[in-house]
Amino acid sequence: MFAELLQYLFAGLTSGAIYALAGLGFAIIYNSSHVINFAQGEFIMIGGMSTAMMVAAGVPLPVASLLAVLVTMLVGVALEKFAIEPARNADVTTIIIITIGASIFLRGLAQIVWDKEFHSLPAFSGETPLNVGGATLMPQSIWVVGVAVVVIVALWWFFNRTLFGKAMLATSFNRLAAQLMGIGVKKVLMVSFALSALLGAVGGIVVTPITFTNYEAGIMLGLKGFSAAVLGGLGNGMGAIVGGLAVGIAEALASGYLSSAYKDAVAFVIILFVLFFLPNGLFGKKGTDRV
Amino acid sequence: MLLEISGLSSHYGRIQAVRGIDVTVGEGELVALVGANGAGKTTMLRCISGVQPLTGGTIRFDGRDITRMPADQRVALGIAQVPEGRQVFGPMSVEDNLRLGAYRRKGDDVEADIKRMYDMFPILFKKRELPAGTLSGGQQQMLAIARALMSHPRLLLLDEPSMGLAPLLVAEIFNVVQALKRQGTTIFLVEQNAYAALAIADRGYVLETGAVVMSDVGQTLLADERVKEAYLGL
Ligand SMILES: Nc1ncnc2c1ncn2[C@@H]1O[C@H](COP(=O)(O)OP(=O)(O)OP(=O)(O)O)[C@@H](O)[C@H]1O
Ligand SMILES: [Mg+2]
Repeated sequence: MFAELLQYLFAGLTSGAIYALAGLGFAIIYNSSHVINFAQGEFIMIGGMSTAMMVAAGVPLPVASLLAVLVTMLVGVALEKFAIEPARNADVTTIIIITIGASIFLRGLAQIVWDKEFHSLPAFSGETPLNVGGATLMPQSIWVVGVAVVVIVALWWFFNRTLFGKAMLATSFNRLAAQLMGIGVKKVLMVSFALSALLGAVGGIVVTPITFTNYEAGIMLGLKGFSAAVLGGLGNGMGAIVGGLAVGIAEALASGYLSSAYKDAVAFVIILFVLFFLPNGLFGKKGTDRV
Repeated sequence: MLLEISGLSSHYGRIQAVRGIDVTVGEGELVALVGANGAGKTTMLRCISGVQPLTGGTIRFDGRDITRMPADQRVALGIAQVPEGRQVFGPMSVEDNLRLGAYRRKGDDVEADIKRMYDMFPILFKKRELPAGTLSGGQQQMLAIARALMSHPRLLLLDEPSMGLAPLLVAEIFNVVQALKRQGTTIFLVEQNAYAALAIADRGYVLETGAVVMSDVGQTLLADERVKEAYLGL
């Protein structure tokens, strides 16, 4: 009984950590531009795919991971520079549609540059499961959660302890005032895309040994990251983390106790539920809070 | 002249908010721009700070043409603005607001400056850890002014600093403005409160529906019958 529940919780926390990273990616870009970047899932895919391909070609895992993160960040910056920035005077809906277009483009590109096959990575520290309270815990799950925690702490430090991080926050609170402080809002936008790409890539890399990856892997992961972000309240970092874990755990429980056929439906149900009953999410600000 | 604006025009879509304005501000001067609701005062300041596109005219700062310069570079040059409605970063602490005011400044004396601001506005010291949004209107105005001063501006643009404040606080804000002038800060002050603004200004401009209709020494404008009638309610 308990062991079973624990098993589902482990599974939920593992995928929840990835959703949390993706949700944070949505939040960061949303905060700097009010754009929902539907190419966030593709960052996850590119991180996982490029690492897998490099490792397959004989590059050591740490080097491949680092390069993959950099490649994904470059893709993020290019997306901002060549697709978002030229449309900066368009309304937000148009820009969101542009990100959907970009996600389709990136999937196509991945098929051409790589292939349509599934790829995996060896687990970072072996496949010997640990026994915790009667449930089995894969070492890779610890990697996933551990890396997510490290990334989240680093992100917290960046936004709360560095001047540029504070400038990014300030821009999301009041863009006009930020400009009047001499904060370059273009640079803020670019860094937000680079950061979101980094978050996606890191998640994509650590989860690939568990879930495998292919050119389409970003669709579902992106969607779940999005449901994490809306559940937490779009633009709220803490909310995205809690939302990600909640979506992951809900999904694991649903597929464990009901049927694994419901696994992917959970994220959609959560999105619909939030849109109807909790339009500001769990932690979102209510309506306009400007004085 | 530190600031030379000539023929400045600006539109919101098809609405022309400002029509061919000429304004100058000399080093160390306190120049007031007064005018009724919707006259185009805020639009002008937005143009000077580079957050509003011009549809005509030029802006020179310290002899340099800055008409097309991006907003962030103008701050680095020394143009700071206290915007209408204060626009503090509400969820961030008072101290972080101040620190962001020094965003474009190099150098390590930022902490010393923060201390200087606390000396000037002791209430900000008391509330330094609190989110700026929890401050009262008057305190937020002090914070907005202190935040702008953190950039060591050569030109300080003030957009209706007395708006929405109780009379006692209005007096306090105008005292601060005067003190800044005495310390040598060059100030371009926009106000609906024409009486108070002109009383402390070296020179003043009267703006009506986007155009300057009068400009003179502050005291002269104060004594002018038309100004009295239109803006001073006398
Ligand atoms: N964002 C905007 N979109 C469209 N029109 C605008 C906008 N902002 C201002 N205007 C118009 O431009 C004109 C000048 O406005 P502005 O805000 O510069 O006036 P103001 O002198 O600052 O007024 P107030 O004393 O009320 O602050 C007004 O007619 C106003 O309606
Ligand atoms: Mg105004």
